[in-house]
Amino acid sequence: MSEKILMCGNEAMAEAAIRAGMDAYFGYPITPQNEVTAYMARRMPEEGRVFVQSESEIAAINMVFGASAVGARTMTSSSSPGISLMQEGISYLAGARLPAVVVNIMRGGPGLGNIAPSQSDYFQATRGGGHGDYRTIVLAPASVQELVEMMYLAFDLADLYRVTVVILGDGFLGQMMEPVDLDKRPAPRDLPVKDWALTGADGRKQNIVRSLWLQDGVLEEINLELQATYRQIEANEVLCEHYGTEDADFVLVSYGIMSRIVRSAVRKARCEGIKAGWIRPITLWPFPYEQINAVADEPRIFLTVEMSYGQMLDDVKLAVAGKCPVLFYGRAGGAVPTVEEVLGQIKKLAVPVA
Amino acid sequence: MQTIFERTPTLKDCPTHYCPGCGHGIAHRLISEVIDELDITSRTIGIAPVGCAVLAYNYLDVDMIEVAHGRAPAVATGMKRVHPDKIIFSYQGDGDLASIGAGEILHAVHRAEHITVIFINNAVYGMTGGQMAPTTVEKQITQTTPRGRDHNNEGFPLQVSEILAVMPGTIYVERCSVSNPGQVRHTKKSIKHAFELQMKNAPGLSLVEILSPCPTYWRMSPSQAMEWIEEVMVKSFPLCCLKDLSQS
Amino acid sequence: MIETSLYEQVIIAGFGGQGVILAGKLLAQMAMTAGHEVTYMPSYGAEVRGGTANSMVVIADEPIAAPLVTIPDVAIILNAASFHKFTPHLKTGGLLILNSSMVQETVERDDIEVVAVPVDDIANNLDSPRSANMAAIGAYLQKHGLMNPDLAAQCLPDVLAQRYHKTIPVNTQAIQKGAEYVREHYS
Ligand SMILES: Cc1ncc(C[n+]2csc(CCOP(=O)(O)OP(=O)(O)O)c2C)c(N)n1
Repeated sequence: MSEKILMCGNEAMAEAAIRAGMDAYFGYPITPQNEVTAYMARRMPEEGRVFVQSESEIAAINMVFGASAVGARTMTSSSSPGISLMQEGISYLAGARLPAVVVNIMRGGPGLGNIAPSQSDYFQATRGGGHGDYRTIVLAPASVQELVEMMYLAFDLADLYRVTVVILGDGFLGQMMEPVDLDKRPAPRDLPVKDWALTGADGRKQNIVRSLWLQDGVLEEINLELQATYRQIEANEVLCEHYGTEDADFVLVSYGIMSRIVRSAVRKARCEGIKAGWIRPITLWPFPYEQINAVADEPRIFLTVEMSYGQMLDDVKLAVAGKCPVLFYGRAGGAVPTVEEVLGQIKKLAVPVA
Repeated sequence: MQTIFERTPTLKDCPTHYCPGCGHGIAHRLISEVIDELDITSRTIGIAPVGCAVLAYNYLDVDMIEVAHGRAPAVATGMKRVHPDKIIFSYQGDGDLASIGAGEILHAVHRAEHITVIFINNAVYGMTGGQMAPTTVEKQITQTTPRGRDHNNEGFPLQVSEILAVMPGTIYVERCSVSNPGQVRHTKKSIKHAFELQMKNAPGLSLVEILSPCPTYWRMSPSQAMEWIEEVMVKSFPLCCLKDLSQS
Repeated sequence: MIETSLYEQVIIAGFGGQGVILAGKLLAQMAMTAGHEVTYMPSYGAEVRGGTANSMVVIADEPIAAPLVTIPDVAIILNAASFHKFTPHLKTGGLLILNSSMVQETVERDDIEVVAVPVDDIANNLDSPRSANMAAIGAYLQKHGLMNPDLAAQCLPDVLAQRYHKTIPVNTQAIQKGAEYVREHYS
């Protein structure tokens, strides 16, 4: 029988990754995700698996590159400044079509910023982040339980599509403790054999992992294959949830920890007779454009709420495609919109125009 | 009444954020005294690392910059090339210099940049909560070496100063400590020598490594930490002048 | 109105070393055991060094919005710095549990309930100065009746590292003494 235990997000996620069959972890210390590195240092050797504290995030992502190329399930974790350093490596992973999982426990930026929770790396995560035409799947958990379940999903999606999957959390999710059931996991996917992995050309043709293609037209071919994979992901892997959108005059869009604050604000607004609802993208890429667009078929006002100064806002506008007004409320740099603030924003919109 | 000790002007009159028994404060004072004695306050630019000393500009009253983790020698290069007449020093921890910034320091030496590097070796990452640094000694327990550093897994302590000393790009490399008053005085002399070489435009990089206590993450009292430097740490990091070309 | 359902936001604050992190964890563990929804958020990073530390616990019977507590229903305050930092934010009608061994300040607000308990003295009398946090938890549990102090003792093994398990008896006593003090002085 499975039982709930109290765990912080960083440790719960680390344990889930181990249970999801991660063979190798590489990381460099940075707050607010140090508990992941410390947990892996303790647990991975117990499991006879690989833990290396790398000399930098540039090294960490390249260690991931190597481990992935030889067929291992592998991941790294960091926080915003470290993830910036990894962008080159993530681009190479995309070019070489190697699966990997990267966890970003976002903190305040830009620059060294601070160590407070933030959602300011949305653009970087959902637009690829490094150079070249590529995408990473981006999963945005809102609770420690979801963080755990998404680790299993992340490794499966990475292996299934041979892409990098980013788990986009924040300092709250990493640091907070919640009851969690570590045995709850999504149904495993049917995964292809990694026949491309560099395991030694023993009785088979040589395998090559590469991202340099100089002959005429070849790189275009490679890009088209990548794009075909991305279209497949967009068709099959969008996740989002919503509430009250059937009759809502006001639809709030938010993700991650912010979506829980919004949920409470909407509940309170409903108590006061205001018809509010919410949509929560769970995958930030692929983004639920169609789902949001469908909600915009009725005249209503959209309000995007983020712990940033307006990043997902762009995607919501693309989804709504001009059919309804899209407004924004957000705070960042360590500031977090409270339930009361969000409720205030909803009430402001609900004032009848004279 | 006779004044026997006075705060040097370059060291600001304020409490620091460092833990009790930390060595950063001593190193700050020595650097400040040297800057004042050499009368170079007005043309010195300091580089604060990412690490516990990230706020060094709150304590050192000279022009200072805060840079990305490990990149101080690259930033220093940019500064010195633009302003050869300025005195440029970087102040870096062992995570910053020996780990994430190993490439930057190596190539600053490779290019024989005329800069001064103060390298604080406290055998751990202080700021992030006491993880292993490249300089963590064998068997030392840290947050990421819960069973103690084992060379079969994490390799051996990295002696960066020895490596840099064999490169033609360094002009002066010395390892000191702040574990007793005599050593503190010697450390100050070394820092002064390093700055003087840069002032003379001596051809190469000058580096002073300072073995510095971190009682918090060594889980010791401040006095035990000083003893640990002298009894354990110096075995991996012997105190000595590794190179001084100014004599020849 | 849904508002009447349980939604209690607690801040426990003091200086590093007073055990506010452990006290918060204990509350969270109890709430989970009692079948409530719960989140627990410690202060982290550089802040922990030297300055004040705090932990935030939200206990509810509905999904919890955010682990961040800005307007607490309950503040358990162990030192003067935290008193000045958090008392002004306490909700009207809220509960202030005050370590009267260390906080001599007078409470300027008359719209909150104040329960002053000399938790350091209680702990010192038990020859266990570090159990003051537990006495404070006992006082809170006794005052609010949300959960039974006995449950706290039952949950201690889950939140204490194995090497501290020998302190369970004295910590249990501290919880009881804290509760007792409130029974004697505030009922
Ligand atoms: C790119 C990046 N990665 C990680 C960090 C987190 N970080 C801050 S300080 C530090 C290590 C500092 O250790 P050290 O250089 O030994 O200095 P000390 O704190 O011990 O003085 C790390 C890893 C960061 N700020 N930026």
